[in-house]
Amino acid sequence: MSSTAVDAPPKTPPKAAQDDALENAGRGGWFVRITIVVVVILWSIPTLGVLITSFRPEEVVNTTGWWTVFAHPFRATEWTIENYRIALDQGGFGNAFLNSLAVTIPSTVIPITIAAFAAYAFSWMTFRGRYVMFVIVVGLLVVPLQMALIPILRLYTQGASLFGVVTFPNLSLQGTFLGVWLAHAGFGLPLAVYLLRNYIGSLPSSIIESAKIDGADHFTIFWRLVIPLSVPALAAFAIFQFLWVWNDLLVAYVFLGGAGQNRVLTVALRELVGSRGENWHLLTSAAFISMALPLVVFFALQKYFVRGLTAGAVKG
Amino acid sequence: MKVSTEPKTDPELVEAAPSRGLTAVLMLVLRVLTAVVVPIGTFFLLWATFDFLRQERANRFVVVGVAIVVGVGGVFVLYWAMNRAVDLFPARIREGVRPYVFVGPCLVILAVFLVYPVINTLLIAFKDAASQEFVGFDNFRFVFTDSDMLRAIRNTAGWIILVPLFAVGIGLIYATLADRLLRGEAVAKSLIFLPMAISFAGASITWQLIYSYRPSGFGSNIGLLNGVMLGLGQEPVKWLEIQPWNNLFLMVIMVWIQTGFAMVVLSAAIKSIPDEIVEAARIDGASEFQVFRRIIVPSILPTIVVVTTYMVINSLKVFDIVFVQPASAEVNGTVVVAERMIRWFFQLDHNGRAAAIAVVLFVAVIPVMMWNIRRFREEEAIR
Repeated sequence: MSSTAVDAPPKTPPKAAQDDALENAGRGGWFVRITIVVVVILWSIPTLGVLITSFRPEEVVNTTGWWTVFAHPFRATEWTIENYRIALDQGGFGNAFLNSLAVTIPSTVIPITIAAFAAYAFSWMTFRGRYVMFVIVVGLLVVPLQMALIPILRLYTQGASLFGVVTFPNLSLQGTFLGVWLAHAGFGLPLAVYLLRNYIGSLPSSIIESAKIDGADHFTIFWRLVIPLSVPALAAFAIFQFLWVWNDLLVAYVFLGGAGQNRVLTVALRELVGSRGENWHLLTSAAFISMALPLVVFFALQKYFVRGLTAGAVKG
Repeated sequence: MKVSTEPKTDPELVEAAPSRGLTAVLMLVLRVLTAVVVPIGTFFLLWATFDFLRQERANRFVVVGVAIVVGVGGVFVLYWAMNRAVDLFPARIREGVRPYVFVGPCLVILAVFLVYPVINTLLIAFKDAASQEFVGFDNFRFVFTDSDMLRAIRNTAGWIILVPLFAVGIGLIYATLADRLLRGEAVAKSLIFLPMAISFAGASITWQLIYSYRPSGFGSNIGLLNGVMLGLGQEPVKWLEIQPWNNLFLMVIMVWIQTGFAMVVLSAAIKSIPDEIVEAARIDGASEFQVFRRIIVPSILPTIVVVTTYMVINSLKVFDIVFVQPASAEVNGTVVVAERMIRWFFQLDHNGRAAAIAVVLFVAVIPVMMWNIRRFREEEAIR
C-alpha cells in the first residue's frame, strides 16, 4: 500500500472534512442502491406471486395469472381473505402452533450449544484424535436425511442389539418431543460444528491466550469470552436451524406422526392441503401463515449482525 | 470469574508421578467414561423427567412450556455438571479429560443419528432389493451403467458447480453492497432471505406460479414467464421440458432459496472485519473495488470456503426440487443423483440400489473434505 498515510497527514484536508469523506467512502452510492434494488425485485417476484395468490378467490386463481391484479387492483372480485379463514379454521391449529414452538426452540438451542462446545474444543484445545473427529463430523454433512430416518425410527421403536447385547434400549421415543429434538440435533450438528468451528477458530488467539494467562479455565473462556464474541455466527446458525426445523415436514411427520396430540404446524397444513387436492389459493395462504413466525425471528436476530462486535475485542 | 476464587497452588508440583503406565491407562478409561457415559447418564435423567409430557390430557400450554424449559435448560445443565465433575478429578488428568467432555455429547449424538445409519447403508448397499441376500458389487455396477444414473451424475455435476457459483457469488456481492447502505440494510437483507422462510410446500408451488404452462386452448396461462411470452406475442413454452435448459431452470429455484443463507453468513463475516483495516486502506487511496478484492475477500476467505462447501454438499443432496415437479424427471432428463436414491428407496423399492447411490454420494464428498482439512491445518499453522 502507498505511504501517504505515513508521511502526509498534517497537511492534507482539514480533519473534519477528511472524517466526513471517510464516513461516506463506500457508503450508499448509486451503483450500490441500484444493484440492491434490482436483486431485491428479482428475488421478490416469486414471493409476491404467492402473496397475491393467497388473497385471490379460487376461481380467479385458476383462470388468470396473478400479475393481472395490477391491471385492476381495486376491483372487489379480485380479492378475498376467505383463504386465510379456511386455513385458520382447521381444528387443532392453535395446538399445532404451540407444538411447533415446543419442537423448534429446543431443536435450535440444543444443537447450537452442543456444537459450540465441540467447535471450541476443535479450535482451542489439544487432544488426541481431533483431526479425525473433525473430519468425521464434517463428512457427516453429506448423509442424506432420508436415508437416516428409517434406521432411527427402528431404534426408537425397537432399540438395537448387537450379537444379543442391547446396544440401544427401546425408549419408546417415537411420538415424543425428546425424540424429535435429538433427531433434529443430530441432523443439524455437522453444519453447526462446521460453521462454528470456522468462526470460533478464527477468533484472535491473543484474546484466548491472555485469558489463560489471567487464570481462566476452558469453561470460563468459552462461556465468558468465546460465546459473546461469536454472537453473529451463533445468530446466523440459529436463524438457519430455526427455519429448517420450523418448515420441516419429513422429520416431524415420521417421529411425531400425522394425527396425535403432538402434531406440528407443517403436518397440520399438509393435511389441510392434502384433503383438498391441489388448491393453490389455500396452499399459498398456508405458506404465508407458517412464514409469519420465522420472519419475526429473523427480524429479531437481525440486530445481532452488527458491525464491530469483535473489532473492539481485538484491541483488547 | 469462578476460577480465581480457588486456591492457586499447582498440584502438579505436589504430586509426583508414581507410574506413567498406570496413569496412561487410567487416563484412557476416564476419557472414555466422560465422553460416553456421562452424556448417556444425563440423557436418561432428562428422559425420566419427561415421562409426564406423554400424558394425553395435560394442559397444552403447560406441556409445551415445560418441554421448552427442559429442552433448553437440560443441555446447559449437562455441560455445567460434566465440567464440574471433571474439576473433581486429580489435577494431572483434569485437562487431558476436559476436551472429551466438550466434544463428547456431539460425538455421541452423531454416532446414533448419523454414523449408525451410514454403517447400515454401507451394509445394505451390498444386498439385494429387500436387503436379504448379499449380491456383491451388483448395485454399484448398476449405478455406473444405468442410463438414467449416468445422466443423473452428469446433471449433478452441473448442479454442484453452478448452484454454489451463483448462490455464493450473488450472496457475497449482495452482502458487501448491503453493508454499505446508509439505511434499509435490514430490509434489503430480509427480502433476499425471505425464500428460506417459505416451507417446502410453499417453495414448490411458488415456482409453479412462474414456470406453469398450459397449451393454448386450455385456459389462460397462470405462470409468469408464459404470461410474458404471450404478452410479447410468442407461443407459451413448456419451460420444464426443454432439455437441457430445464435443468438450469430448476437450479434457479435452488439459487433463489440458498442465496439468502450464503448472504447472511457472509454478511456476519464481513461485519467482523475490523473497521480500522478497511478505513486504513481507504486513507491509502484504495478504490472500493480494491477494498473488496484485496481486503474483504481475503479476510473472509475461510467463511467463503465454508459456505461454498456447504452449498456443494447441499447441491449434491438436492432432490425435492426435482422430485416435486409434476413433469417426470426421467422423461425430461432432469434426474439428479439424490433424487434417484429417494426414488429407488421409496418408490421403486430397491434398498440395495438406493444404498449404493448413497454410498457414491459419500465418496463424492471426500475430495471436498480433504480440501477443508488442509485449510484447517494451514489455519492452525499460522495461528
